[in-house]
Amino acid sequence: MSDANAPAISNPVEYIQHHLTNWSLGGKPESIADFGVFHLDVFLVSALLAGLFAYVAYRVGKNIDPDNPGPVQNAIEMVVEFVNQQVRDIFPGADKMVGPIAITIFVWVILMNAMDLLPVDLIPSLVGGIVGMFGGDPHHTYFKVVPTTNLDTTFGLAFSVFLLIIYYNIKSKGVSGYLMSFFLHPFEAKGTVGKVILAPFNLFMTVIEEIAKPVSLGLRLFGNMFAGELLFLLIALLAFSVWAMPVQVVLGSAWAIFHILVITLQAFVFMLLTIVYLSLASQSHGHDEHH
Amino acid sequence: MNVTATLIGQMIVFTILIWFIRQYLWEPVLNAMEARRKRIADGLAAAEQGKHEEELARQKALDELKKAKNEAGDIVARAQKRAAEIVEEAKNAARDEAARVKVAADAELEQESVRAREALRSQVAGLAVAGASQILGREIDAKAHAKALEELAAQI
Repeated sequence: MSDANAPAISNPVEYIQHHLTNWSLGGKPESIADFGVFHLDVFLVSALLAGLFAYVAYRVGKNIDPDNPGPVQNAIEMVVEFVNQQVRDIFPGADKMVGPIAITIFVWVILMNAMDLLPVDLIPSLVGGIVGMFGGDPHHTYFKVVPTTNLDTTFGLAFSVFLLIIYYNIKSKGVSGYLMSFFLHPFEAKGTVGKVILAPFNLFMTVIEEIAKPVSLGLRLFGNMFAGELLFLLIALLAFSVWAMPVQVVLGSAWAIFHILVITLQAFVFMLLTIVYLSLASQSHGHDEHH
Repeated sequence: MNVTATLIGQMIVFTILIWFIRQYLWEPVLNAMEARRKRIADGLAAAEQGKHEEELARQKALDELKKAKNEAGDIVARAQKRAAEIVEEAKNAARDEAARVKVAADAELEQESVRAREALRSQVAGLAVAGASQILGREIDAKAHAKALEELAAQI
């Protein structure tokens, strides 16, 4: 472990870059959107956490006892009730998918964010050690533990939400009603002439508005988690000498405690905005056919 | 800062997870919570009903008790009345009986006295004849003096 870390710490830039590099299939991404690359670490960790959540959910759902809830069932029930309350408050006419979507986002994002609380070198060193045991080069083994510090994850979620927004729009307004809504809002006119004049502006505004939704969702989560992770890495750099260790411990603890708030808050915000967007998408405007 | 094929993988995982959570967590937990909510509501309603019924039963018991007390009072009053009547009847009967016995006794007494007088009367003649004969030193013919004797006897 010290072999892997010693040179990294001696070179802070390399240390941080090493931690920010993914374990990828297909080499380094060349452009902003390179679909020839697959980040194994991101996918493995997020899928593992999804599996963990699914396993706990399955156990709880299978052994559910309405009269004598165990501690796990209690905790899960609390989360379910909390999410259900949010859905009911924000989206009164929600169909049966909104709740599961919301709780999946909430819990999964919390779990992925919580990977940030693991010591920054723990998993990369473990993976490096395992690779080293099999004769690989630990120094060129990369493993990025927090899936939400990766645009793929945050935009994967955001883009899924974007598709759901379109689905709920079409469901409530019909295809033509949805397309028409691009031309009729946010500026509304009474007469046909006014409508025609305002149509280009409306189209421009609505397209921006619609695209801003997934982009802001994805970037907000990514930005918060990436910054948090970077700060953990910078705090980890304080390990350059024994004398800086207390400072590292104090700063690391303080940031970790504060980061608990960020982790849950970002997951909550993502979930809440998703419900809000889906609720907005399901509202049919006055003259449109009400579904 | 790139978007890669991982994005598609994440979307697939997300979709599967949503479906799985809905199937195995969301629906069962909400159903269980709804069932619990209903059971609690039912239980509270049943408790309310039970309380109400208890109140009714208590009221009914009180009514019954009152009725029973009234009835008992009636019965006691009737019994007392009846007892008084019986006593009265007994008194009357006794009085009648006493009167009757007295009358009979009186009648018997009267009869006895009459009989005794008769017997005396019948003997008086004999005694008077005997006494007179003793005094006179001779036999008196009762027949000859029957008229006198009868007058004598009638005086007694």
